[in-house]
Amino acid sequence: MKNKYMNPYLAGTLLGLVLLSSMYIAGRGLGASGGLKYCVVSIVGAVSKPHAEKSEYYSKYFEDEQKPLFNWLTMIIFGVLTGGFISGAVSGRLKFKIEKSPNISNVRRLIFAFAGGMLFVYGGQLARGCTSGAALSGMAVLSLAGFVTMMAIFGSAYFFAWFFRKNWI
Amino acid sequence: MGPFTSAAGFPVWLDLLIAIIIGIGFGFSLEQAGFSSSRKLAGMFYGYDTTVLKVFFTAAIVALVGSQFLSYFGLLNLNLVFVNEYYVTSAIVGGVIMGLGFIMGGFCPGTGVCAMSIGKIDALFYVLGGLTGAFLFAETYPLIRPFAEDAYRGPVKVNEVLGLSPGVFTLLLIVAAVAMFWVAEIAEKKFARPEITDKI
Repeated sequence: MKNKYMNPYLAGTLLGLVLLSSMYIAGRGLGASGGLKYCVVSIVGAVSKPHAEKSEYYSKYFEDEQKPLFNWLTMIIFGVLTGGFISGAVSGRLKFKIEKSPNISNVRRLIFAFAGGMLFVYGGQLARGCTSGAALSGMAVLSLAGFVTMMAIFGSAYFFAWFFRKNWI
Repeated sequence: MGPFTSAAGFPVWLDLLIAIIIGIGFGFSLEQAGFSSSRKLAGMFYGYDTTVLKVFFTAAIVALVGSQFLSYFGLLNLNLVFVNEYYVTSAIVGGVIMGLGFIMGGFCPGTGVCAMSIGKIDALFYVLGGLTGAFLFAETYPLIRPFAEDAYRGPVKVNEVLGLSPGVFTLLLIVAAVAMFWVAEIAEKKFARPEITDKI
């Protein structure tokens, strides 16, 4: 079972080359939470256009007939889904499952996953980028914001790890 | 000379096609690294698996060193590459909220989407939570706007704050990363949990 994933330093080099290509071709880093934001903006626009146009937050995404779904960041999300799927297929890891510690129930895992996602993206919107957009891409361009956000994410996760240890170990 | 898309004025479809291809590379690398497993990611915070640190810092350094070489040889204009703007309060508070989300959910947004793509149901719930989080942010934005825009410092670079050249800072970062990799290898042995790592 060991070594079924790629060597971490090799995988890191691969990820770094993808990031470098993005910087070289497009002049920007990678990002994930921004794409989720654009998905939400499109949904809100489709459900209630007046609400979107009235809101000081959503309205800027609908100026000049923009289509928030056809945007750099949402395309990255579609790409990640495709690339992850290809990798899973190549390595024989495509499988429906709930991954969790045997000490907790499925329901508990799913509730925590939902809550964690909600907090992470909320915090990511506040910090103008998540682990990929702020921490990883930020560090690659020597952005102070990237380094500060990275330390805040990891410091906080280490701090809270003790409280949630039952979920994992 | 790069970057190309802004200077050359690529048509929208080509811009979006490039984004999809970069996204595919992104998702593929994350999945190959094992970031489609929440128990592997969480191992970072209990010491039994430090892949996160190794992949994260290796990737940052490859892109950092690579972009500086491209710039040195006149192939990339680094002044045209986006540098994240620094809002002190929201970078710190947002980071702390993200850390809490990380240990509760077991993913970050990119790895959550990646794990969802290979069929992890917990990742699907994570991404649904993430969409809800983006919705809540949008709806609460008018309330928190003064806070979110507090203490703006612009696109500050870390080496400039420390009074170092980009090259010297990068060298120090590489030294620090190697030291952390060394500690990480020790931690994985000290905090080993074969009952978890054999399964992920």
